[in-house]
Amino acid sequence: MIFENHGKVERNVTILAVLTLIVVMIGGLVQMVPLFFLENTIEKVEGVRPYTPLELAGRNIYIREGCYTCHSQMIRPFRDEAERYGHYSLAAESMYDHPFQWGSKRTGPDLARVGGRYSDEWHVQHLMAPTKVVPESIMPSYAFLKTRDLDMRDAAAHLKANRAVGVPYTDAHIENALKDLKAQADPMGDPSELESRYPRVQVRDFDGNPDRLTEMDALVAYLQMLGTLVDFDSYVPAENRR
Amino acid sequence: MDYQQLRTFADSWGLLSMVLFLVGVVGWTFRPGSRKAQDDARMIPFRDDEAEQ
Amino acid sequence: MASRAKRRKHARIYRANSYFRTGANVMTAFFSAGAYLVFGIMSLFMIATATSAGFAIHGVIILIACILAALTTLGRVKPTERDGWVVPEKTDGGYYDGVIKAGVIATVFWGIAGLLVGVVIAAQLAWPVLNLGLEWTSFGRLRPLHTSAVIFAFGGNALIATSFWVVQRTCRTQLFAPGLSWFVFWGYQLFIVLAATGYLLGITQSKEYAEPEWYVDLWLTIVWVAYFLVYVGTIVKRREPHIYVANWFYLAFIITIAMLHIVNNLAVPAGFGPKSYIVWSGVQDALTQWWYGHNAVGFFLTAGFLGMMYYFVPKQAGKPVYSYRLSIVHFWSLIFLYIWAGPHHLHFTALPDWAQTLGMVFSVMLWMPSWGGMINGLMTLDGAWDKIRTDPIIRMFVAALAFYGMATFEGPVMSIRSVNGLSHYTDWTIGHVHSGALGWNGMITFACVYFLTPRLFGAERMYSLRMINWHFWLAMGGIVLYAASMWVAGIMQGLMWREFNAEGYLVYSFAEVVAAMHPYYIIRWLGGVLYLVGALLMAWNVWMTAKGRLRDEAPLDAGQPYNPSADRPLEPRPAGALAQPAE
Repeated sequence: MIFENHGKVERNVTILAVLTLIVVMIGGLVQMVPLFFLENTIEKVEGVRPYTPLELAGRNIYIREGCYTCHSQMIRPFRDEAERYGHYSLAAESMYDHPFQWGSKRTGPDLARVGGRYSDEWHVQHLMAPTKVVPESIMPSYAFLKTRDLDMRDAAAHLKANRAVGVPYTDAHIENALKDLKAQADPMGDPSELESRYPRVQVRDFDGNPDRLTEMDALVAYLQMLGTLVDFDSYVPAENRR
Repeated sequence: MDYQQLRTFADSWGLLSMVLFLVGVVGWTFRPGSRKAQDDARMIPFRDDEAEQ
Repeated sequence: MASRAKRRKHARIYRANSYFRTGANVMTAFFSAGAYLVFGIMSLFMIATATSAGFAIHGVIILIACILAALTTLGRVKPTERDGWVVPEKTDGGYYDGVIKAGVIATVFWGIAGLLVGVVIAAQLAWPVLNLGLEWTSFGRLRPLHTSAVIFAFGGNALIATSFWVVQRTCRTQLFAPGLSWFVFWGYQLFIVLAATGYLLGITQSKEYAEPEWYVDLWLTIVWVAYFLVYVGTIVKRREPHIYVANWFYLAFIITIAMLHIVNNLAVPAGFGPKSYIVWSGVQDALTQWWYGHNAVGFFLTAGFLGMMYYFVPKQAGKPVYSYRLSIVHFWSLIFLYIWAGPHHLHFTALPDWAQTLGMVFSVMLWMPSWGGMINGLMTLDGAWDKIRTDPIIRMFVAALAFYGMATFEGPVMSIRSVNGLSHYTDWTIGHVHSGALGWNGMITFACVYFLTPRLFGAERMYSLRMINWHFWLAMGGIVLYAASMWVAGIMQGLMWREFNAEGYLVYSFAEVVAAMHPYYIIRWLGGVLYLVGALLMAWNVWMTAKGRLRDEAPLDAGQPYNPSADRPLEPRPAGALAQPAE
């Protein structure tokens, strides 16, 4: 039976194509479908919230510049990584990441918990001239971010697209997208509304120039929130980190 | 269909059908009498006009 | 040789006799031109509404492409006195090789471009000042340009060109819809240009090897469907009852890449602009991405190139494939096992353990079909081993298979969790990828280019065989420098990161590890330069061959010409007999 059938396979391109498709689909189905139902991959962890419009804009700059080609955002449960980077990454911490930024290469260090580790000033100096801050660094300079105004025209459109793919932005989030974006980088304004929509949001001027809202503001705002949403204080040994 | 059912299916009937498929392919390939067809098929690249040169 | 000259003469005669087909072809031409017009209007809309320079530039590129395509299509419609408006037939009824010729040239061109960018970014890692402080030339934007150029532009053109050659020869029929095959070719080049310029302008999805944004992805989908139609259409109208196994591999490549491409790139654009958001998130997106990423390796860089192997190695060796049975088992087991291996890119991450284990187990099992295929290719040379000495093209095929074997052994080893704990995130991975890419994909593509060029341009042989020999050794030296330096760098990096001293402190800061990589990055760059120089020799060689020149040079086998009678196949012999001397 089977023997004769395979003879047909070799002579009929439709059967060959369909069989091939079935065979290559199985692996993907068995591995990927469960991830949408499994407890630990869809679990919500206290503190994880969608990105603020400014953080999202910063994240898009991170993507645009290809930071992921050299920096990972996924700490593995190893002693050295815990020492160097902090608590291992949880699935929930990237649940609103479309797409994920785990990366595959550490030409530079992992950034999953870089938030709050350095001052804003350090980040700005480092992004403008990396070797001035870290002499061994081989990172390119991103000085142009400091002089370029952040494009804020479609702040709401970005939130809307995120909602379409499953991020729980409410109508209030979307309506106030532009306002929230500006409010986060404005230390003089009243951040209470922003804080109510985005708990634990960091509000200040990030790039050292309060007169302009630049791409540097957005990128630093993003870097400074990475890994800060979940409270790991009891897990992370503060000293001994390099 | 929940995850448990899917897993149970995958590591029982799913696995069995995969193994049978592979055994079928191998069995067909090495069946007695296939030699002629195989020898014929492996000469295909030499059958176009290029072969005459 | 005489037969080819004769065939070309026939072609001329056919054309002189105005072998025209009217009616349907004219309709098709107008319909296609109309479609280009629609795309052109869409591109005007892109330009008009663009909020970023990148999107506007892409609109202009698409507009120019549409105008050129529409003019070319309409330009083919010619008035005749007898039949009114007609579209002259593209072919004389023989094999249709025009598009393959273009494909080989594109392969060489993009190969040089991709390798050049690779050399540049390798230099940037050694000497960061070469980033030039400009956004368009920084490593983060050039790196996707390098990977896409070598995988999709160089590898993709090689796959399209060779698949069109192989499917015609093994089906003994003309390519289905030659006009559509040109659409596939130029459409694919447009995809490459949009992807490449997009990276430089900062338009990227950040999904590795799938960086182009949604509208470029949609365009590739259209082109890919056309490719599928041309390929399957040719198989359907074949004159050979059996579908030769090389076509199975090409077919699996085309189908699976379509599936991977669509699922991995599902996205919702943010308004009408270049930026989109992938529908998958976090863990799911990671698994989808590496399901895609690993199988881009498995089906683009492996299955497709195995299709090349199963046709061109037997052809160049003048011997049929070692075991046809093995090739069938090879096919089914390879495509079944490969698709599961993706999660080995996500060991120790937030991906559930069972998925990581599944990925590891299947990756290790994958070793078997991979080596089955390698043995099948190498043993095809049984009885022609001496040709390795005298025929540099055969030597390239053999080297490609050897590197295939090496990379497919190293891969399963690196997929083992404990090994991966050390190797992941390090340059070891980069070395592994390059021994596969430079050794297997590069070498076999070069060999195919050398096989096809004289045949496509009607030359007796390549312009210079000695140049091929030089190319071989330059490439070989380049790979050795590359792989060796990255092994050392990667393992060193992994060990330095995890080094603790007696007091329980980390010994090295991250920056110290970066500094330690410097010499290896220079060696790697040198390896890349050697490999690029080899490819430049190839470009020169192809150019001169296309111009119909033959270099006056001493044959490679001078002194000891190839002697078929001395090159005997291994004969099956009882085990005891092995101990005795062969004579």
